[in-house]
Amino acid sequence: MNPVRKQRLLVVLAVLIGLGIACGLMFYALRQNINLFYTPQQIAAGEAPLDAQMRVGGLVEPGTVIRNPETLDVTFGLTDGKGRFTVHYQGILPDLFREGQGIVANGTLVSRTRFEAEEVLAKHDETYMPPEVQDALEKAGHPGASKADPKGGEKEYTPSGY
Amino acid sequence: MVWQTIKRWYHMLGSPRYFYTFSSALLPWLTPIALLVFTVGIVWGLAFAPSDYQQGNSYRIIFIHVPASSGALMGYVAMGVAGLVAVVWRMKMAEVMMKAIAPFGAALAAISLATGALWGKPTWGTYWQWDARMTSMLILLFMYVGVIALQNVIRDPRQAARAAGLLAMVGVINVIIVKYSVEWVQTLHQGSTLKLVGESTINPAMKYPLLISMLGTWLLYAVNVLVRARTEVVWRERRSKWVRKLVKGGGQ
Repeated sequence: MNPVRKQRLLVVLAVLIGLGIACGLMFYALRQNINLFYTPQQIAAGEAPLDAQMRVGGLVEPGTVIRNPETLDVTFGLTDGKGRFTVHYQGILPDLFREGQGIVANGTLVSRTRFEAEEVLAKHDETYMPPEVQDALEKAGHPGASKADPKGGEKEYTPSGY
Repeated sequence: MVWQTIKRWYHMLGSPRYFYTFSSALLPWLTPIALLVFTVGIVWGLAFAPSDYQQGNSYRIIFIHVPASSGALMGYVAMGVAGLVAVVWRMKMAEVMMKAIAPFGAALAAISLATGALWGKPTWGTYWQWDARMTSMLILLFMYVGVIALQNVIRDPRQAARAAGLLAMVGVINVIIVKYSVEWVQTLHQGSTLKLVGESTINPAMKYPLLISMLGTWLLYAVNVLVRARTEVVWRERRSKWVRKLVKGGGQ
């Protein structure tokens, strides 16, 4: 290769590698802040501050959703298999909200076991399939029917998979 | 042997005149194929694919959102490679390509953000959250706009290409962040459905129309790049003999 081009190539590569490493380190250092939400495990470990505005995310624990028939108040347990706490919310929940569903809530942690939400967002996972396939999986008593993979194969329950 | 062929192609397509002839022969074929593939994918996805067990019909926006996003990401990588060739080898065709790739990519990034917001409202309950995937995708749009702006703000096209080329290359780092943001940090955005390695978590009845609309979008992108590059080549070579002859001959 022509020496001038070779030098240019080396300079460009050095700039790219340097910037790449800098971005990588920055991303790594800021990872905690880039995370959109705290997980129940982090809250159980005391990593989240009390009485500060923040987001939490996890799975709605099946059988814990309690709605007040008079008002829009609702409480439910949020879990990731490694920690759990109760979320209280007053308002209209998104359509995708259901037991076992991943959600993200915005609000304040009033104690290590109770979160006051001002906004509840539903997460959905990367699985897409027709309702008939889902019905067939449920009828077959598939253990992972609610979070099954579309081919009907086994899929582990992954607490981090919300 | 393979290397020799690549090298020969590189030099042939590096010639503006050869590129013009080559693309003249390619476009009459590529354009209808691209339109056909795109139409088949979109119509199949929007009208005939089954609805989703959780999201019902609102998931169908995936057939626009994912092709647009993938096109914007791939286009940026291609622009970065063209930028590298333009900066290091000072190849004119690479400068032309870089300029041709940017506008469609920027449009796709904007479509990806807009359809993502429209999809987010009924499923998540919000148009926008500053999560890592959405923020890095917004930065990708800004990078595209930055490259376009740099190309236009410097009067000398060769100098403009060097400045824009550097920005295009550096921006490829952001493409990596967009791609892996959903794996590295917690986001509201879902993880990848289509996986390069391992099985995709989408039913085949939805996967095939999605793959076809992606291919159609990429082909349309390629058509757009070729057309833009041809215009740019003719403009840049306007003083050369072959372009004068071409213009006098009515484009034949």
